[in-house]
Amino acid sequence: MWFLRAEEISKSFGATQALLGVSFEAKKGEVLAVVGENGSGKSTLMRILAGEERPDSGRLLLDDAPYSPRDPLKARNHGVALIHQELALCPHLTVAENVELGGESHRGPVLSVAQMRSKAKSLLAEMGHPDLSPDIEVRRLPPAVQQVVEIAKALTRNASVIIFDEPTSSLGKDDVANLFRQIRNLRERGAAVIYISHFLDEVMEIADRATVLRDGSLVGTVDIAKTDIQELIRLMVGREVSELYPRSGHQPGEVLLDVEHLAGRKLPRDAVLQLRRGEVLGVAGLNGSGRTEFLRAICGLDRIVSGEITFAKWAGRAEVHDRWRQGMGFLSEDRKQEGLALKLSLAENLMMPRPGRKGLVRPSFQNARTKTWIERLGIKCKGPDQTVGHLSGGNQQKVALGRLLEQDVDLLLLDEPTRGIDLGSKSEIYKVIDELAVRGKSMLLVSSYLPELLGVCDRIAVMSRGVLGPPVDASLTNAELLMEACVK
Amino acid sequence: MKKYLNIIGVIAAWLVIYGIFCVLVPRSFPTWQNLETLMRQVVIVGFGSIGMTYIMIAGGIDLSAGSLVALVTVVIALVLNKGFSPWVGVGAALLTGICCGLINGVLITRLKAGAFIVTLATMGAYRGLAKGLSKENTVNAPLTWISNLTDALRPSEHWRLMPNGAWLMVFCATIAAWVLRYTVFGRHVVAIGSNAQAARLSGIRVIRITTLVYIIGGLFIGIAGLMDFSRLTIGDPTAAVGLELDIIAAVVIGGGSLTGGEGNIFASLVGALIMETIRAGGTQMDLKDWVQNIVTGLIILIAVAFDRWRIARAANR
Repeated sequence: MWFLRAEEISKSFGATQALLGVSFEAKKGEVLAVVGENGSGKSTLMRILAGEERPDSGRLLLDDAPYSPRDPLKARNHGVALIHQELALCPHLTVAENVELGGESHRGPVLSVAQMRSKAKSLLAEMGHPDLSPDIEVRRLPPAVQQVVEIAKALTRNASVIIFDEPTSSLGKDDVANLFRQIRNLRERGAAVIYISHFLDEVMEIADRATVLRDGSLVGTVDIAKTDIQELIRLMVGREVSELYPRSGHQPGEVLLDVEHLAGRKLPRDAVLQLRRGEVLGVAGLNGSGRTEFLRAICGLDRIVSGEITFAKWAGRAEVHDRWRQGMGFLSEDRKQEGLALKLSLAENLMMPRPGRKGLVRPSFQNARTKTWIERLGIKCKGPDQTVGHLSGGNQQKVALGRLLEQDVDLLLLDEPTRGIDLGSKSEIYKVIDELAVRGKSMLLVSSYLPELLGVCDRIAVMSRGVLGPPVDASLTNAELLMEACVK
Repeated sequence: MKKYLNIIGVIAAWLVIYGIFCVLVPRSFPTWQNLETLMRQVVIVGFGSIGMTYIMIAGGIDLSAGSLVALVTVVIALVLNKGFSPWVGVGAALLTGICCGLINGVLITRLKAGAFIVTLATMGAYRGLAKGLSKENTVNAPLTWISNLTDALRPSEHWRLMPNGAWLMVFCATIAAWVLRYTVFGRHVVAIGSNAQAARLSGIRVIRITTLVYIIGGLFIGIAGLMDFSRLTIGDPTAAVGLELDIIAAVVIGGGSLTGGEGNIFASLVGALIMETIRAGGTQMDLKDWVQNIVTGLIILIAVAFDRWRIARAANR
C-alpha cells in the first residue's frame, strides 16, 4: 500500500550529520506533512527524494521497485517532482512554454504552438484557473500564480509524487486557500503529496499524517486526526537545555535603541522594540518571518518605508557606514557570501572597516591588532596572514565577530551567530556574548535555535509573518510557548 | 501588442535620430541614395548582431567576433588566390565561422570558465591565427562577385533598393528570428538564458544547445567576415579590431540583456542601423570622430537605462 518508502536514509555534509537513519513512507491519495525545526533535515531529505542529493546510506523504493535518482531529471521521469520554495521557472518564457518546457508539443523541429496553448489552457482550467492566459510571460505574474504554473508543470509530466517545500512562505491568505484547493485536487487524482511547512496550523488543515524530524533523526509519524498542535510542538522541540550557557547577572542600563513601528519594503511589517544597555534581546521566528530584514533595516542596509529608529543620541534613519561610526555593527547570517571575504586573510577581514590610519594600510598595526583577537577569542589558525576560507566554520565566525569587537561597537546585531558551527565554538561565542553584556554592550540576537535563545538572552521577542511580538522575560517562557508563537 | 513594444520602440528611436540628421543635413541625408549607403554599411555589424543575439539570449557573450571577422577575410583571400571559385571562398568563410564557434562553445561548456574569459582568450588566438596565415600582411585577392555583395547599386539596378548583401541579411534575420520563436530549439535557447537551472531540471540538454548556439553565432559572424571581405576586397588580419563591441552594442540597443533571456533579432539589426546612422550623420556634418564616439556611447547608455526602467516598472506592478 505504500507508494514511496525511504529506509534508513543517512546523509552528512562534512562533520555535520544532516540525516541519521530516517525512514518514512508515503501513499497515493494522501498528504504527508514533514515537520521539524530549521536544520532538522527536512530539506535534505526532500532533496534526496528529488535526486538533487544522494544519500550516504539507506535506500528508496518507489512502487516497490528500487529508486535511486542520479539527478533531478531522472526523478522527474520517475514521476517525482519537487516544487521549490524559490520557483524554478524561466521568467522570460510564457506560461504555456514553461508548463511544457522540455516536453513541448512539436511537429519535427517546429513547435505546435496552438496545441501547446490549448493543452496548457485546459490543464489550467482543470486546476481552477480558466482565466490565466497561457501567453503571458511568467515574470509578469505574482509569485502565487507562478506557483500554479509550477504545479501545472509537474502535472504535465504525470508526476505521482509531488513535494511542496515551504510553499506558503511567500503567499497571502487567499493564495494559501487556493493552494490547498490544488493540493486536495492532487490528492483526489491519486497523487502522493508530501508537504513541508513550519506552519503547524496549515499542517493540521491539509495533511493526513505528519512525520516529525529533529536534529536529523526521525521522532515519529502521527495521524493528524489523532493529534493536536501541542503534541506536534512537543515532538519537534523535545530536548533539554544543556549546560552550555554561562549567565552572569546583567545590569540593564538606559535605553540604547528605540524602534517605533518599523516597516520595510516587504519585511518587517511592524516592529516595536526598546533595548537597554547591557541587555541581550533575542528574536525568535521562522526562516522568512522577517528577522534578518529587521536587523538589516536597523543598521541601514535595507530601506525603511515607515517607522522611527532612535539609537543612542541619533534619531532617524542612517546609512550603514554612519551606523558603524555611531557604534552599531551587523553580523550576517550568511558568513560565506556576506560576512567574510573568504579569499582574504584573517587580518584583512578583521580590520576591514579600519585597516590603518589616514587612508594608509599599516600591516604591522593590522597584524598586532589581529593577534590580540586571535588570543582573546581563541581563534585556531596559523596566524593573521592565513586565508579565512581555510578556517573551520566556528573559527570563521569568531573572525567575523572579532570585526565588531575591534570596532568596539555598543550595539551588536547578531544574525544566527552559531549557525553551522561546532559545539565548542558555540559555547565560546556564548561566553563572549555574556562578557559583552556585563561590560554594558547591547545585543540583538536572532536565532532559530530556541534553547540557545532561552539560554543566552535576557528577553525574547517572536517575529511572525513580519510582525514582532512583545518581548518577554526569558525566565517566564519556554521552547513550547515560543514555538507556538512562531508558527502562529 | 506588448510583445512588439520593444521593436517598435527601437524603430521609433531610429526614426527620431534619422529625422534629427535630416534636419541638420537636409542636403544629403533624406535621400534614397543615403538610405542605400546606410544599408550597405550596416551589413557587417548586422550579420554579427544576428549571431550575437542568439549568444546573448542564451546568456553568453562572444568577444572573439572581431578577430573571427579578420580571420575570415584572410581565409577567403587565400582561397581565391589559389584560384578556387568564389563559391569555395564562401564555403571556406562559413566553415571557418562554424569551426571557431564550435571551439568557443566546446571550451565554454567544458571548461565552465565563463563565456567572457573563454572568448577573451580566443579573441587573441583567432587574431593570431589570422596574422600567421597572412604572414602579418594584407593578402591581395582577385576581384570576384563577392565584392559586389556590398557594392553601391548602379542606376540601372535601383529597382533592387538595396545591394544583395543587405537583402541576404534581412532574409537570414527572418529565418533566424523564426527559428528562435517557433521551434523547440529556439525556445530552449531562451529557456537556458532565462534560467539555466530550471532548463536543466526540465530535461533540456543545456550543454548541447549552448554549443549549438555558439556554432550558429560563429556562422553568422563568419558571414559578417564575408561581407567585410566584400567591402575590403583584400584579406586583412588587422581588420575589425573592436568590432565585437559594436556588435554587442547593437544587441544591447535592441533590448538584449547581458544576463540572458532577452533579445530580438530585428531589434538588434535596428540597433546596428542606429549606430551606423549616427556615424554617417556625424561624417556628413563634418563632426569630429570623438564627437561621434561620445554620441554613440550616450545612445548605449540611454538604451540600457530605458531597459532598466522598463524592468523595474514591470517588477513593481
